[in-house]
Amino acid sequence: MKVTAKDVKHIANLSRLTVSDSEMDKFLEQFNQILNYADILQKVDTTGIEPSPYVIPLNNVLREDVAVPGVSHEEALKNAPEVHNGGFKVPRVIE
Amino acid sequence: MDYKKSTVHELHEKLVKKEISSVELTNAIYKRIDDVDDKVKAYLTLDKENALAQAAKVDTMIAKGETIKPLAGIPGAIKDNISIKGLRTTCASKILENFIPIYDAHVIENLKKDETIFLGKTNMDEFAMGSTTETSHFQITHNPWDLTRVPGGSSGGSASAIAAGEAVWSLGSDTGGSIRQPASFNGCVGIKPTYGRVSRYGCVAFASSLDQIGPITNDVTDAAIVLNTICGVDAHDSTSLPMEVPDFTKALRQDVKGLKIGLPKEFYGEGIDAPVKEQIKLAIEKYKELGAEIVDISLPHTEYAVITYYIIAPAEASANLARFDGVRYGYRNMKATSAPEMTTASRTEGFGPEVRRRIMLGTYVLSSGYYDAYYKKAMQVRTLIREDFTKAFEKCDLLLTPTSPVVAYPIGGNMSPLEVYMLDVTTIPVNMAGLPGISIPCGFVDKMPVGMQLIGKPLGEETLLRAAYTFEQATQFHKAVASLGGK
Repeated sequence: MKVTAKDVKHIANLSRLTVSDSEMDKFLEQFNQILNYADILQKVDTTGIEPSPYVIPLNNVLREDVAVPGVSHEEALKNAPEVHNGGFKVPRVIE
Repeated sequence: MDYKKSTVHELHEKLVKKEISSVELTNAIYKRIDDVDDKVKAYLTLDKENALAQAAKVDTMIAKGETIKPLAGIPGAIKDNISIKGLRTTCASKILENFIPIYDAHVIENLKKDETIFLGKTNMDEFAMGSTTETSHFQITHNPWDLTRVPGGSSGGSASAIAAGEAVWSLGSDTGGSIRQPASFNGCVGIKPTYGRVSRYGCVAFASSLDQIGPITNDVTDAAIVLNTICGVDAHDSTSLPMEVPDFTKALRQDVKGLKIGLPKEFYGEGIDAPVKEQIKLAIEKYKELGAEIVDISLPHTEYAVITYYIIAPAEASANLARFDGVRYGYRNMKATSAPEMTTASRTEGFGPEVRRRIMLGTYVLSSGYYDAYYKKAMQVRTLIREDFTKAFEKCDLLLTPTSPVVAYPIGGNMSPLEVYMLDVTTIPVNMAGLPGISIPCGFVDKMPVGMQLIGKPLGEETLLRAAYTFEQATQFHKAVASLGGK
């Protein structure tokens, strides 16, 4: 097995997700099936091959430094689950 | 009046000649939606009030003798990952169940300038992750050719809406085949443009180096008309290409004489269902008859494309979907007592199983110790896949393959995720290389539509359209009407 339940819990934590104990077996099986299949990439010699994160040349796009209207305060809060005093409200962060 | 299979270009003529009004047309399509969408389930949200107001506006323009654009007053459907200001956009996910965009996607801005009509938003796989539209949080869409089968995905709602006569044109998005495969399963035309042809601004990001918006339509002419409106550079998307957009309808010529069509042998192997292959071979014969030259070519790294994609796309998705934190928009777990706990609970409850699996796969391949072995390796293999295409295009003008190895299969099958992923083998390489691809109807197997895929050089949409149009005009497949049977 490429990954174990312990690894999955670690990855879940990094992803800000949880995998419940009842889901774990099926999850492990499907996850490992995919990772095992990824072994075929080891057959490919990629020595000296440049990676392609993108397929087109990426250039910085610049514009004149002119102020343009942005998102209004009211609009920015429109979809917020909880609002307090014109801000996004979240549960306690620091004890 | 029934508008099944009515095309944008035919209806435009009728509007201009005042044979019909846009209000009549729009009402008729909503009537059709009322009649059949409880069976097809293509739509997640309808916007009848705004659509009819827009139709009345276009009718007034016509009455005043104003010149109207080809899409003006013609009702279309939009995949639910493309934002229309003020209209719920869910990505078929619980996490965005009540999300109301505060701006229009670039493509929507362009379409609004043309005075077109948006009927509503269509169902899809959650966050466009899937090939069957079964991973939608809300409903399963049924294939109008046989309601017991999947419509394909992830743009399944946009394709089945066209096949069922519930929209005249639609938009989908394609990250690994999500326009072309459902177009193929539904007997429609679907184009994934060259990466960068269309701005992604306002399309909820899945895998940013692969995503591209494109049309799903009843014929090739309509696809060219929609492309004319949606393509072009946009300051909001730094990957949109600063290229002149040609008039794609000018490419619609019935002529493939001397055109060299390459057949990549890796796309005709054991993985392709024999009856599907048979239909594709007949299409190849048709092209020969029409004067095209057929060339055998090879894309040797094709077998690595699927896994390369299922490393790169989840990696990008894991980063893109990190924005869903329960703070600024989207679903929130209201019981959590701390902010980190709230984010984890909101994400776990808000995302479905396929999306969670892909986020975690992406997180894993980017994590310390595995980055080089998986993500970097996949990006290197991506280079080799791209080079295969570059070499192939030295010998031919375009490539011809099956769009999918199979026709639409039954809903609720028990394939593993990997087995479903493997069926994307014919469409994924095109996204990996950023090339344009089109799927057009070319036959039937078990009364289900078969699609043929044409792949072009970068920015080679005009050649694709010309070849697709020539085949379409010489055949009748695009005129077949879905039965809405099977249940």
